[in-house]
Amino acid sequence: MDELIKYAPDLLGGFLHNVQLSLVCAILSLILGTILVSMRVSPTPVLRAVGTTYVNVVRNTPLTLVLAFSALGLSDTLGLAFSDEPSSNAFWLVALGLSAYTSSFVCEALRSGVNTVPLGQAEAARAIGLTFFQSLRMIILPQAFRVVVAPLGSVMIAMIKNTTVAMAAGYLADAAFIMKETFDTTGASIPIFLGLIVAFMAVTLPIGFLTGWLANRLAVVR
Amino acid sequence: MSSQASVLFDAPGPRARLRNNVLTLLATVALVAIVYFVYSRFDAKGQWEGRIWRPFLEASTWIDYIIPGLLGTLKAAGLAAVLALLFGVVFGMARLSDHKWIRVPAGAVVEIFRAIPLLLLIFFIFYLLPSVLGGGDYTLIALVAGLTLYNGSVLAEIVRAGIRSVPKGQSEAAYAIGLRKGGVMTLVLLPQAVTAMMPAIVSQFVVLLKDTALGYIIAYVDLLNMGFKIIPAVNFGSLIPAAIVIGIIYVGLNMVLSSFATWLEKRSRRSRKTSARPVAPPGAVVGAGPAVAVD
Repeated sequence: MDELIKYAPDLLGGFLHNVQLSLVCAILSLILGTILVSMRVSPTPVLRAVGTTYVNVVRNTPLTLVLAFSALGLSDTLGLAFSDEPSSNAFWLVALGLSAYTSSFVCEALRSGVNTVPLGQAEAARAIGLTFFQSLRMIILPQAFRVVVAPLGSVMIAMIKNTTVAMAAGYLADAAFIMKETFDTTGASIPIFLGLIVAFMAVTLPIGFLTGWLANRLAVVR
Repeated sequence: MSSQASVLFDAPGPRARLRNNVLTLLATVALVAIVYFVYSRFDAKGQWEGRIWRPFLEASTWIDYIIPGLLGTLKAAGLAAVLALLFGVVFGMARLSDHKWIRVPAGAVVEIFRAIPLLLLIFFIFYLLPSVLGGGDYTLIALVAGLTLYNGSVLAEIVRAGIRSVPKGQSEAAYAIGLRKGGVMTLVLLPQAVTAMMPAIVSQFVVLLKDTALGYIIAYVDLLNMGFKIIPAVNFGSLIPAAIVIGIIYVGLNMVLSSFATWLEKRSRRSRKTSARPVAPPGAVVGAGPAVAVD
């Protein structure tokens, strides 16, 4: 217990970085996932092919590799820099890599939601003269989102847990890295481990309950 | 089905065809621009030089580094898959037990290990083992133990869902003809549940195989470690080529497993040997195809 108290400020600081990362990735991956699903159901074969390829490749690549790639490929080789400050630059590289990875799962979730919208509705939308994007925006996607609230919640919970892999892209400030540092100096400490788990569960459990509750409330009755 | 109607759009008429062609052109131009940008930046950094790609044409690179790395990955994944399946079956059935003192602790174990970020779990085991067992190389054990506990918990949920997906009347009928609990489980429920669970189990194995890459962070010698640390150290400058080569291997392996899951799903959907429908991993994304295990 002494170790947990001694390192609590450091661990909390690290954990807050995970929370920050989660918020940024949640927003980015929802946007990117929506764009991807629009591509995958669009009438343009090239866009469909690009969307499908992206989702299948990224979904089947280990996150560690995706993050290492975003540090080495995007940063070192393509020269992408978000900030002059190394730690903030690393933060955005992780955010980008993790969002790119998570968005493929968001896309799959939304696509399964699109599949639940009855064919008649899309036909009706076309019959009153809506274009593809209008029917997607006003008829299909709103219903798809409502159907997949619970799976999206699971995707977000997985994403929050995945923020701990940030050190693979050289972001050395998150809770997992701080825990590793403390273990390096003091050896494995059960209180520190339990403390961090409680912290993570305090974030993920409410999301699970909230999305479960929302899913029931928003369920489209057919 | 390139220009046919789908849920969202009709078979295109003349104007829609024109619009589609314009969109296709724009998308192609954008794609080519991105590819060219990446190509030219890589070129500027000398990433296309034959020198750094040549090692991957030599047998020794494959025999000395890539294949041992792949074997390391497969060893960890294989061990973890077997152990996780055992863990899953034991805890999945324990959660369905009639005895509260078995059901409740099993449920707690499963829920807790599912909620822990896997990397934290692996770190913890990795640092705990030396203080319990003394010095030694615990990278494989820590990785396999972490993967087993996490994926085993998910598999336990799959097993539970699979057994529950067998219609209740079947166990009632089995009890009625005088079978005991064990008999109902092994003779009636499990054989049918296995067919229903298989696609979900294989999808979860994709997650497990991907997660072996976490071993890189505790310096387990796997494919990722070989590609990112050892090969670039031996062949200076070949980091990006190595990353691309091992990326292709990972994606290929996982796609083979994924398509195996799809095939199993199709087969079990039309199976007449079971009345249980295929189940999905907890939190999975269930679409038209097989469930996509979320990770």
